[in-house]
Amino acid sequence: MAAIPVGALEQSADWEVPEQQIGLWQDAWHRFRRNRLAIVGATVVLLLVVIAITAPLLVHFKLIPDPYTQQVENIEVGPVTAGHLLGTDELGRDTFSRLLYGSRVSLAVGILVQFIILPIGLGIGLAAGYFGGRIDNILMRFTDIWYAFPDLLFVLVVVSVFQQYTFGNVIAQMVMIFGAIALVNWVGLARLVRGQVLSIKEKEFIEAARSSGSPPMKLILKHLLPNSLGPIIVTLTFGIPQAIFLEAVLSFIGFGIQPPTPTWGQMVNSGYESIYANPSSVVFPAIAIGFTLLAFSFIGDGLRDALDPRMRR
Amino acid sequence: MAVISGRPARGALLPSRLVSLGNSRTGSLVVFIIRRILWLIPILFFVITITFVLMHLAPGSPWDKNGGRQLSQTVVNNLNARYGLNKPVYQQYGLYLWNVAHFDFGLSYQYQGKTVSALLLEGWKYTATLGTLAFLLIVPVGVSLGVLAALRQNTRIDYITMGFSTFAASFPNFVVGMLMVVAFSVLLYKWTQGSFFLPSADFALDDHLVLPVITLALFPIAYTARLTRASTLETIRQDYIRTAWAKGLPERLVVIKHVLKNSLIPVVTTLGPLFAFLVTGSVIVEQIFNIPGIGRAFVTAVASYDYPMILGTSILFAIVIAIANLVVDVLYVFIDPRVRLT
Amino acid sequence: MAQTLLQVEDLHTQFFTSRGVVRAVDGVTFHVNAGETLGVVGESGCGKTMTALSILRLVPDPGRITSGSILFRSKDVTKMTDEEIREFRGNDVAMIFQDPMTSLNPVTKIGPQIEEAMTAHDRFTEALARGRVVELLKRVRVPAAESRVKDYPHQFSGGMRQRAMIAMGLSNEPSLLIADEPTTALDVTVQAQIIQLMKQLNRELGTAMMLITHNMALVASLCQRVIVMYAGRIVEEGPVEQIFKSPQHPYTWSLLRSVPRVDEARKDRLVSIKGLPPDLSHPPPGCKFHPRCPFVIDKCKVDPEPELAEVGPAQVARCWVLMRNVKDEDVTAAKQSALSKDAVAKLKEPTGQVSGNAGG
Repeated sequence: MAAIPVGALEQSADWEVPEQQIGLWQDAWHRFRRNRLAIVGATVVLLLVVIAITAPLLVHFKLIPDPYTQQVENIEVGPVTAGHLLGTDELGRDTFSRLLYGSRVSLAVGILVQFIILPIGLGIGLAAGYFGGRIDNILMRFTDIWYAFPDLLFVLVVVSVFQQYTFGNVIAQMVMIFGAIALVNWVGLARLVRGQVLSIKEKEFIEAARSSGSPPMKLILKHLLPNSLGPIIVTLTFGIPQAIFLEAVLSFIGFGIQPPTPTWGQMVNSGYESIYANPSSVVFPAIAIGFTLLAFSFIGDGLRDALDPRMRR
Repeated sequence: MAVISGRPARGALLPSRLVSLGNSRTGSLVVFIIRRILWLIPILFFVITITFVLMHLAPGSPWDKNGGRQLSQTVVNNLNARYGLNKPVYQQYGLYLWNVAHFDFGLSYQYQGKTVSALLLEGWKYTATLGTLAFLLIVPVGVSLGVLAALRQNTRIDYITMGFSTFAASFPNFVVGMLMVVAFSVLLYKWTQGSFFLPSADFALDDHLVLPVITLALFPIAYTARLTRASTLETIRQDYIRTAWAKGLPERLVVIKHVLKNSLIPVVTTLGPLFAFLVTGSVIVEQIFNIPGIGRAFVTAVASYDYPMILGTSILFAIVIAIANLVVDVLYVFIDPRVRLT
Repeated sequence: MAQTLLQVEDLHTQFFTSRGVVRAVDGVTFHVNAGETLGVVGESGCGKTMTALSILRLVPDPGRITSGSILFRSKDVTKMTDEEIREFRGNDVAMIFQDPMTSLNPVTKIGPQIEEAMTAHDRFTEALARGRVVELLKRVRVPAAESRVKDYPHQFSGGMRQRAMIAMGLSNEPSLLIADEPTTALDVTVQAQIIQLMKQLNRELGTAMMLITHNMALVASLCQRVIVMYAGRIVEEGPVEQIFKSPQHPYTWSLLRSVPRVDEARKDRLVSIKGLPPDLSHPPPGCKFHPRCPFVIDKCKVDPEPELAEVGPAQVARCWVLMRNVKDEDVTAAKQSALSKDAVAKLKEPTGQVSGNAGG
């Protein structure tokens, strides 16, 4: 109900794609900037990225202790002791530097997993939407079944199976874990893409029906990208904390990236043993995980509000 | 008569009594339920197959992890024969499917002589209690918070409840669980004397559930609250709410019979996935608080390559989730009269 | 002697938005007599709906009634307590809305929705109400009323839904029924039926009615008096025959051009006057209608509209020009095109200003 009288409504023709999009991105950027939480989130993430990149440098220049060095004489000391800002873990490794190094794994998991999800989700969504009919039906049933099974359990099983093959090889471990996480999380993107393709087909179909049998893929892609780029980005952004969470849980149960590579989930796991003696070994990585997830959620919320087509003036 | 235009007519495969029901809404409902139950079969099939395949892709055998002792080859051969592991894979698969159809999930590899079913039954009461309590906490608390925030939009209550929700929703449950353990046991030790909240070797159902349930329920509460709030805000702006006010209805009636009756519908649809979440969550929470439930059993089974146990647990989880989704879908049909049963 | 049922006095309803203050209802004064049907016409956004909502104190956020009084049987609605207004709504004054699909609760059956309108005011017990619902539906010509009460809104057709809404509105025998565009959301054929129904009900029940619409044909067939609103104010008011015969405000005149006439081959269509309604948070200087007025003179661009002045028996209008001062050839020219700049140049100084504009 239009309670407040407004001026003329500008209707843009659906087939006009180009110049308006530039305005949309600038507009979105302005709206994003005004969202304080989103800016806070973005700042935190930026900080994390800086930390992740520079951590090895800091170790190289002896600004922080090496996270892999085990000091038997200094096991499980509390914060600010013997040169260890946040204490050490059960093998005498410095908690602070392990914390900093942990950001590398978390960021890698979050971001790289999305790169794997993107082709899978895009591919299946496009196929389902474009071909329609039986293929769509089969694919959708497939995704429904896939979706029905709890993600953690599936990842656990996959990881446990392949873990033995990757023993000692960090890169291989990462590939395996990232792959497993991506495998359970692509459904959302696929459904989104399919929905977008279907709605485009609805529009283009009327025109294209006159020329050839089915609308050419190129036409669909041309319209898919500008319209759906927003929601796709938002979905992927929300996927980052999901992936980080899953990896942390895996590490916590012991099936994630194996030591000595530090990950936050692992730190929580091992810190749990000594939770009464040295609670800081649990608290700090736990908070790190929490705040990272929070930061990405804020960014996701901010992006979603900024890119919401309904709020275009 | 049974086949019209290439597809069986609605009642063709059903007994006649069901056909006569098929035309009323209740009748369609029955058909709907039956179809959904039948749908369970391909799902289970899929779950079993995938898990089975993955299990047999793993290198080594379940006996490698046997307490670090190196078993002699004869012992290993005996064990393999006893558990049927020396047969070709496809035979094992077929045999397993046959057994499952008869509710026989085999013997666990870890615990000599115990059947998977028995183990599942043991752990079930813990997990079920945990899950049920969490559910009973989540729905009233989550919905109430959401409704409250929506009705008092942009006031302090709104900001507090939603801020809390966002915060709680962002911290993974094991983080929260950890922090709570730290808080209650370490920092507040004076008050709790280490009892009442803590994980302990001796797990009694009654007094040690407060923290685990809260840990499990926190995220879903936050999520439900946010969803309820959004849905309620959306509903309040609808024209029919304006009509309700224009009729001179008291506020209580407008809120309950008009606003909530509509705004809670989307919330109900999330109850299905909620169950899936509770299942995953219980795995984590049982680890933290050392609860001997099915979640923890699953993790140990995975770690020890106890194939039957892994398969059995997966099947159990799949069934629970599928049934939960079915119940929710049926409930949805009842609460939204616009839904048509196809 | 006509008894005044509702007296609205200098009503101001404003919206406080981030883009500025929108003066949706900008000093509106009118009255409704018992038993009569008053038409309220104007384009979307002119404030007619907001006026109606103000009467029931249903103005949505961020809007508020900022000043003025609304006297219903000498009791001021704006000063009523919450309980009093609750009793008032749906009981003394009822309102039915434009789109019956969205105005009815989709998950509740029709019967209970109408019942609760009655039980909320303690005038009927539940049992009595249930029986009366069927009666009411029959009265509004809903076929198979007994079984229809158990249906949901989406199972009704558009016309039937609107009938159900009318039944709901009349269930407590209100003295005044406000109908906001009751036929706009309906098919043309169904519109005619609803209009017939409303005429019949008006005859049978004697309920006063405030009919809000932009459709002049509706006004012609149902109303005795009509007020014309533009940009939150009343620009003309008077008995229907007079207004139709000689509208004095150019806006009224433009609206009437859309009434289908036997002697002109013109299809019935929604009013389209050149230009768009003004942005009420930043209205144009001078008369708010001047950018779209076919007969605008310089004075209109500078001075705000005059007060409402009598232009005929019981007819008032606010305009510097007034249609009776416009030359015939300019009228013809304006008829042919909505954009008649030549008419402006040819207008002589309005002599009407001396004799016609008696103050207030």
